[in-house]
Amino acid sequence: MSLEKTYPKEVKQILSKYPPEHKRSAVMPLLYLAQREEGYVNKAAMQDIARMLDITETEVASIIGFYTLYHDEKAGKYRMQVCTDLPCALRGADDFLKNLCGNLGIQVGETTPDGVVTLEAVMCLAACDKAPMFQTQGPDGIKYHENMTVDKTMELIDALKKSDAGVK
Amino acid sequence: MANVLLRHRDIADINKIDVYKKNGGFDALKKAVSKMQPNEVTDVVKNSGLRGRGGAGFPTGMKWSFIDTKNWPHYVVANADESEPGTFKDREIMESNPFQFLEGLAIASYAVGANAAYIYLRGEFWQVAATLDEKIADMEKAGYLGENLFGTEYSLKIYTHLGAGAYICGEETALLESLEGKRGQPRVRPPFPPSFGLYGKPTIINNVETFTNVTPILANGAEWYKSMGTADSAGVKIFSLSGRVRKPGNYELPFGTTFRQLIYEHGGGILDGRPVKAIMPAGASSSLIAVDDKVLDTPMDYATVRTLGADLGSASVIVLDDTVDIDWVINKTIHFFKHESCGKCTTCREGNYWMKNLTERIHSGTGAQNDVDLLLNVAKQMQGKCLCALGEFSTMAVVTGIERFPQDFKKAVKA
Repeated sequence: MSLEKTYPKEVKQILSKYPPEHKRSAVMPLLYLAQREEGYVNKAAMQDIARMLDITETEVASIIGFYTLYHDEKAGKYRMQVCTDLPCALRGADDFLKNLCGNLGIQVGETTPDGVVTLEAVMCLAACDKAPMFQTQGPDGIKYHENMTVDKTMELIDALKKSDAGVK
Repeated sequence: MANVLLRHRDIADINKIDVYKKNGGFDALKKAVSKMQPNEVTDVVKNSGLRGRGGAGFPTGMKWSFIDTKNWPHYVVANADESEPGTFKDREIMESNPFQFLEGLAIASYAVGANAAYIYLRGEFWQVAATLDEKIADMEKAGYLGENLFGTEYSLKIYTHLGAGAYICGEETALLESLEGKRGQPRVRPPFPPSFGLYGKPTIINNVETFTNVTPILANGAEWYKSMGTADSAGVKIFSLSGRVRKPGNYELPFGTTFRQLIYEHGGGILDGRPVKAIMPAGASSSLIAVDDKVLDTPMDYATVRTLGADLGSASVIVLDDTVDIDWVINKTIHFFKHESCGKCTTCREGNYWMKNLTERIHSGTGAQNDVDLLLNVAKQMQGKCLCALGEFSTMAVVTGIERFPQDFKKAVKA
């Protein structure tokens, strides 16, 4: 399925933002669209975007590789991205992440056995006054979770797991 | 004093268009577009003394006056890539007082003759972009954006564009590359964006907070704005306060407020009542200031902070108390810069690679005594040789950390 067939309205709206002679600008929003369903951009979508924007597949791949929010491999349904940069770390982010790993029984970079959550450590998310904090990147976009504790996070993960089971 | 920028803290629901309008919203845009020539708008901003809030502090009106009028079309771009560790002010503005920002962006677009403006948001601000899209639609419906504004020939469209997790895209030419659908790597300058910007066309790029200042400046005049702040740094600033303070958060204060006032009066003092050891006034890009009473009583404006051997930058004040080891701090900052270096220039790419190896060794206590000297040497060799400010900034905490806190590096090294 091509993006234009799956998301005709969104593709048209994205392309309307940029001058037609500079349609390459649409590559970033189109990549978000392409990874909406599965959480990563597959090879067919890369080819599709390259064709739509008259650029090479390699150029599309180089964009995916450069930016951290694009993925070319499948992970958990939700990526839980914990900020451990300096301001968050000054407010306990490193311990928070360590304890979260302990509770989940996985290491940073790993996915829970049911495939719902992948735990990641990321760079500053501009929420330094509300640490510990993380964002979840999933099918419904990106959401911030601030002033978190391990207990609150485990509750959130339970809720995500339940809603995932419901969908199945 | 009522907030000039964080007005949502004084006026409930100012993020709704009718409430914003009732409180003087869009009067400034209407005045500019229907009663003033574009260069008159630029002159008001010039006379106000407004300086760019993204970190460099460049005079805003002067930047606008550099736009190349022989080459068209023109673009205006709002830098909403807010990614400096310690900075979280633009997000609050866009979430809670979005129309004042959008109105300022529209005024700027009129001043430089742009019919299209882009807001480049960091990809993590997914929900903020959705909010702005709604607010832009509200303005279009009410006739404040679109064709023939206020019955004139002037037309303007504003678009949002999401980045995807790359600190370097806050650098203005990297941002433009990214907006053009390429990897976000800085361009060689000159030429500067006012002559060669988006799609090679003259472009003005300013920070979100800068545009948010433009609206009240047009409404109340340059003299009103200059009556706040200091002679060097006019007006008000949002200070993002973080680190080991009791009440971290955004505080809108006039330039010239002292560190002591920010940390103790507004920030509630230090956790557990401990003493302040060091301050990073410009986020992770900052030099480390060793703190004593004189430092705490220093007024925060661009010129005075420089006398402390640091820059005010975007005023993201990270406070470190005496429980924090500086070798740990620079290991954190270098981990960040190593990750965010775009790889285009050798100095920054390789320099940060080596600095990371060294800071990790030193911090884990497995370094040799000359590792600290080597680290300082690498950092100093990078200075003045990087393509953009990122590489330059990566060395600041390293050099000032080692030079100003030598004791923290003695114990970190194996005997």
